[in-house]
Amino acid sequence: MSHLDTSKVADSNRGSAATAQKPSKVGAVANWADERLGLATAMKKQIRKVFPDHWSFMLGEVALWSFVVLLLTGVFLTLWFVPSMGEVTYQGSYDELRGVHVSEAFNSTMTISFDVRGGLLMRQMHHWSAMLFIAAMMVHLLRVFFTGAHRKPRELNWVIGCLLLLLGTLEGFTGYSLPDDLLSGTGIRAADGFMKSMPVVGTYMSFFLFGGEFPGEVIIPRLYIVHVLLIPGILLALIGAHMLLLVYHKHTQWPGPGRTEQNVVGFPLMPVYAAKAGGFFFIVFGVTALMGGLLSINPVWKYGPYDPSKVTAGSQPDWYMGWPDGALRIMPGWESHFLGYTLSWNVLLPIIVLPGLMFTILLMLPFVESFITGDKRNHHLLQRPRNAPTRTATMVALMTFYGLLWAAGGNDIIAITFDLSINQITYFMRVAVFVGPLIAFYITRRWCISLQRQDNEKLLHGYETGVIMRSPEGGYSEKHLPLPEATAHALASRAPDEQFTVESETDENGVVAPHSRKARLRAALSAKMYADNVQPPTAEELDEAHHHAEHEHQLQAPMDGVAADGHQFDDHHRAVEDDTLRH
Amino acid sequence: MTDLEHRTAGALAAPDDEAPGLPAHTWRPTDVDPKAEKRAERQVATLFVLSMVCVVLFIIAYFTIDIGDNHDTAAGLGASTLALGGTLGLALLFIGVGVIQWARKLMGDHEIVEMRHPAVSSDEDRERVIADLTAGAEESGIGRRPLLRNTMLGALGLVGITPIIALRDLGPLPGDSLMHTAWRAGMRVVVDVLGTPIRPEDLEFGTLVNCQPADIYALDEEGEPLYEGVDLHVAKAKASLIIVRMEPEAIIPGPGRENWSVDGIQGYSKICTHVGCPISLYERTTHHVLCPCHQSTFDLSDSAAVIFGPANRPLPQLPLAVDDEGYLIAQSDFTEPVGPSFWERDSS
Repeated sequence: MSHLDTSKVADSNRGSAATAQKPSKVGAVANWADERLGLATAMKKQIRKVFPDHWSFMLGEVALWSFVVLLLTGVFLTLWFVPSMGEVTYQGSYDELRGVHVSEAFNSTMTISFDVRGGLLMRQMHHWSAMLFIAAMMVHLLRVFFTGAHRKPRELNWVIGCLLLLLGTLEGFTGYSLPDDLLSGTGIRAADGFMKSMPVVGTYMSFFLFGGEFPGEVIIPRLYIVHVLLIPGILLALIGAHMLLLVYHKHTQWPGPGRTEQNVVGFPLMPVYAAKAGGFFFIVFGVTALMGGLLSINPVWKYGPYDPSKVTAGSQPDWYMGWPDGALRIMPGWESHFLGYTLSWNVLLPIIVLPGLMFTILLMLPFVESFITGDKRNHHLLQRPRNAPTRTATMVALMTFYGLLWAAGGNDIIAITFDLSINQITYFMRVAVFVGPLIAFYITRRWCISLQRQDNEKLLHGYETGVIMRSPEGGYSEKHLPLPEATAHALASRAPDEQFTVESETDENGVVAPHSRKARLRAALSAKMYADNVQPPTAEELDEAHHHAEHEHQLQAPMDGVAADGHQFDDHHRAVEDDTLRH
Repeated sequence: MTDLEHRTAGALAAPDDEAPGLPAHTWRPTDVDPKAEKRAERQVATLFVLSMVCVVLFIIAYFTIDIGDNHDTAAGLGASTLALGGTLGLALLFIGVGVIQWARKLMGDHEIVEMRHPAVSSDEDRERVIADLTAGAEESGIGRRPLLRNTMLGALGLVGITPIIALRDLGPLPGDSLMHTAWRAGMRVVVDVLGTPIRPEDLEFGTLVNCQPADIYALDEEGEPLYEGVDLHVAKAKASLIIVRMEPEAIIPGPGRENWSVDGIQGYSKICTHVGCPISLYERTTHHVLCPCHQSTFDLSDSAAVIFGPANRPLPQLPLAVDDEGYLIAQSDFTEPVGPSFWERDSS
């Protein structure tokens, strides 16, 4: 392609040359709006706003678009759903339950599923997109943290993102409680037990939430208004703030030729980014519709209406509630009984304290990191996970903790599927949730450091071509070739770690600053954090390597242009006659 | 943002002497070959037309495939969901793929560069804001008039209590409602769902039967059910009982519970003492019951002691007896609160 003469090609895709035109209709509308709203000043920076391109930037978009699908399908469902626990006799089309006493909530869910055309589709799309929403938020969170996009100036957007994840989870819980089927009722039953475990206020909170004794008759209408108004309202506001900050900070970008901390390189909002993002909305929407049509989810008619004396074997919450449920399952049965009061550590710790603690840790991650590094600079270039080994290892340790608890939440399913003892799985998990993250931390950190070392090797000595050379003396060696320029630049432009030392906190006279105890702690943590990291090669090392490569190249110059020069493996193509190695 | 800051890739100077600039722009086939351009245009248009076709199919499916009572007259139950989901999904996907294909093949693909600006305001602005804030605080006199400041803070704090007070009527106070259930002395034990009373001799060894107090299915003087709707659910949430018959010699009765069983038949609360799920899985050889929610396991031959899992307390036992007609009855209500632990529960 690069050999084509493109000098005569126009930049636009017009078929004909541009000519002066009368003011267009678009112009007239824009003029009307601007004279009333003054939009031009606000829009001039935004219409051609630059968005960098990378597949991983799409993960947050999946979350955003699945939220839009949730709003659309949710509105459809509200047109039929009756959020009431009043008792009616089911008379709908589903034979097996006809004549059974059910709540209006369950009855209307059955009507939506069997007697409204497209109703079951919308219900299933709503449930699938909820799963997608939360999964996409989690993966997006991981992408942000692994690439260092949570660093200054984006810490507040990290906090907003964490709140979105928390609220999304609560929204999911309130949502799957609404149909009032046996499974959702069991979930609410457990939630009642969770609340009652809270010291002093627990019983009162339960009675106030349920309007009396469990299950009462107000929990469904109350959860409904929380599900369709309160949480979605807050979610919308937070998503708005999340997007505004994204636009204000401008998106982070991967390092590469021409990309710096001071600029942002990519495609303009109008038309390319808008088209890609808008098109992607339809893809997310379309995939959700296919899932809703093809994949059954939450078949409430199989569970039947809620009855406090019934339960199904293998009761599982939706997957994103699985990890605290796992903690609940592997927790030893500790309770304190004193002075006529009961404190249930076996419920309080895993389901009330632990999620709060995990959420706080998540929220604090950027602030803990910036405390340790003492780094006050703005960061707009992303880091590869390997170049922040301790950070990457921390998140992998947290993921391992989460994953083990999540697996523990399915201990009954694991036991049945693999024919194992549920007791042994539980005993194993009690130890594994503490030991597993430590092992994961160590392995990840060393793995990252090894990858850093390999990057330096490639940068200094070139990459391995697989071409084996024999010297006149008979020795064998593998031919190395320099990395392509863009890759080499991206590797070499990595800034070395700046370990914080107490000295950097002294004033110009060498006097240690007054808050030196904090500084000493910071220095100690900083030393631990960066210990063993491999630093990028210095300019001298690069120069030396460069000279060495030159020298080697001269020695091998006669080889150039024959099949064994190794260049068939990089982009230095040169014609070689009768070369069978080049394809 | 001035136009000068929008520079296309080719024109970009390297940010510093050593770093390479943006790589040169490469032309796509659709940029240089009119045939390829036309082909891409046709592809995108075809995708949009396919989307329209899918919408037509969606409408046809909506009106021809029956659901509800008539679900077997045209296609079957589920066919409607399948067809609607399939056609809607494809209609949306074709639009999405079409627009993205348009963007990739035909819209301008020059990367452009925009400069970033630090979020921080200029020193001048910051000083101005600080000065304004100080002036504002000064003019209000909030620092000079501690009496006003403190009484205002007190008033604001107190007024914050009103919504908490106003929420008091969300529900009644617990009182002693968690302490007792629908069981009374002499109340018959009946089979859940059926409502039939049980004679000890009718129960086979090793079977576990779900039971309720007879009142759950009883009618009052006017022929109305005693428990209905919410009341029924509240009653069942606490009174649900499992009874099981095992060899009397297998039972290790708890202290003071020697006469709580009848011919090896014992009754225990069905509500797990962990977080309140109904217990359902019984293993007859070991006399263990397992809660399906969090796998707490109780040994029914040993006063339902916890032998595994997160529960702390045994399942409460209901003292059983037999009435004059030979049916199982309760000697009394449960002697302790059933279900999950709560703060006011006296468990010592």
